[in-house]
Amino acid sequence: MAGPIIRASGLSKTYRISEKQPGLAGTIQHLLRRRHRDVLAVDGISFTIEPGEIVGFLGPNGAGKTTTLKMLTGLIHPSGGELEVAGHQPFRRQARFLRQITLVMGNRQQLIWDLPALDSLRVNAAVYGIAEAEAQRRIGQLAEMLELGQELRRPMRKLSLGQRMKAELLAALLHEPAVLFLDEPTLGLDVNAQARVRDFLADYNRRTGATVLLTSHYMGDITALCPRVLLIHQGQLFHDGSLADLTQRLAPCRQVRLELADLHPPEAFAGFGQLEAHQGHLVRLLVPRAQLAQQVAALLERFAVVDLEVSDPPVEELIGGLFRQRDSNSEASQ
Amino acid sequence: MREFARYWRSLRCFWGTSLAAELEYPLNAWIELLSVLGNLAGSVFVLQLLFGGGPQLGGWSWSGALVVLGLYTVLDGFTTCVLQPNLSRIVNHVQTGTLDYVLLKPIDSQFWLSARTVSPWGLPGIFAGLGLIAWALLNRGTGAPSSLPAAGPVLLSLALLVAALVILYSLWFVLAALSIWFVKVWNATEVLRYTLVAGRYPVSAYPPALRLLFTFVLPVAFLTTVPAEALLGRGSAIWASGSLLAAGLCLAGSRLLWRYAQRFYTSASS
Repeated sequence: MAGPIIRASGLSKTYRISEKQPGLAGTIQHLLRRRHRDVLAVDGISFTIEPGEIVGFLGPNGAGKTTTLKMLTGLIHPSGGELEVAGHQPFRRQARFLRQITLVMGNRQQLIWDLPALDSLRVNAAVYGIAEAEAQRRIGQLAEMLELGQELRRPMRKLSLGQRMKAELLAALLHEPAVLFLDEPTLGLDVNAQARVRDFLADYNRRTGATVLLTSHYMGDITALCPRVLLIHQGQLFHDGSLADLTQRLAPCRQVRLELADLHPPEAFAGFGQLEAHQGHLVRLLVPRAQLAQQVAALLERFAVVDLEVSDPPVEELIGGLFRQRDSNSEASQ
Repeated sequence: MREFARYWRSLRCFWGTSLAAELEYPLNAWIELLSVLGNLAGSVFVLQLLFGGGPQLGGWSWSGALVVLGLYTVLDGFTTCVLQPNLSRIVNHVQTGTLDYVLLKPIDSQFWLSARTVSPWGLPGIFAGLGLIAWALLNRGTGAPSSLPAAGPVLLSLALLVAALVILYSLWFVLAALSIWFVKVWNATEVLRYTLVAGRYPVSAYPPALRLLFTFVLPVAFLTTVPAEALLGRGSAIWASGSLLAAGLCLAGSRLLWRYAQRFYTSASS
């Protein structure tokens, strides 16, 4: 297909929600006369995605990520703007469109709890009209990529969280969709399972050329998979570009956590970076990336260090920090 | 034709998997069998008390009333097999957001929601009901020939029974679909189920006010009394066509409402 596979232009969504005051009086009032308020969840965002891209969709909780994802899959009607996915208007949910997309939600399951995944996969094959033999071939291929074997024959309730997520992915990909919408696919998984899911997604994208749009709270997912990210805040698109640009913008510093053998006053850390926290033997510093190696060496030389850990601050904190900064700038300029 | 084959294969898979899931808990079968037999015995006892005053009740003979009770038991079995397990789940789908997965399948979502599972535990009720009907027909009281009815009335009553099932299904589906707006409608579907218990006895056995209610507001009359009249060879063309018309309207109404409701679906927040 020539041109972008996803095209959103001025996309917006307004929810009408009812509000209730706390307490009994509030409840009675709520029952008799509801007060409604319109909430703008997505406020005119525009972007295009080319076939085969893997795009990370970032933003703090309540930013409008999931709402956008649901409009892209056709689950909810946009309130305004234009939207085209794989040549279709998603909210019409035509069968031809639905055969080309898939949605995986890390916190919800589609496979039957009491039965082995293979039974649910047969249901999916029937619903998508995939012939038995072809379904078997695809299951075999995907199971190999996902490193699933006998697990597919065990009831879902007996599987670990990581195995369940892999089985969910298998079910979601059986019809070979062209566009994958993944909402927190690694939610709650341990580090190993997360890595396996990431490897699989990268491999799948390479082999099939499928387009992937992914939301995740784990920065690791985004760094491993997404060369491009869309950052959304308060319903608006704040950043559309490479991850390197975004990381530079969001995390010019790395976080250094130290456990020290002795107690030191806060002043002792002046010159090593910005002191974030200081509690007994535990110290947390923010150190500019360029100076990291040099500062860590200096810290090790100056103090008796029991333990040391270098990490990116959590993505939520980074984004929060960025927007706090942005809000205060706009207040100052007013 | 290909579409029909796809739906048929899907239905076989739906029912195959749900039976397998249900049979993970085999104790249910025995409990259900006991409860059906207990209920049936209770109803026959109540009927016997009602007929204590004479051989007729609201124009119905003892065996005629047993046919009505048999039809009710069949309907109740069907409810347990198909309606209850599927339609009660819609509310859960809306509350937990798994309706998303249903709406994203390239298959009619009403079909999926109405036929996704089947429970074998209603089968004892269906067989018990059919048994009771056969027994009542073979033991019709004095005056009536104690033989099986002719093919015509049987076919007509079968058609009316299907119409009854369609009416019951549509009403229940509409109530469940309202959960898109109100989220918790569990109580409303329970009220429906318990009102339909009135269908155990012939409608004419109730006082006139209730008779009107059970005919025009809640279609209890169409569920059991009308098919029973047909089976006993007393079917009227007006009632039969009214029943089929009501079934068509109810089904069309449920489909329209479901289409409309989906526009308002906001999906549970993650």
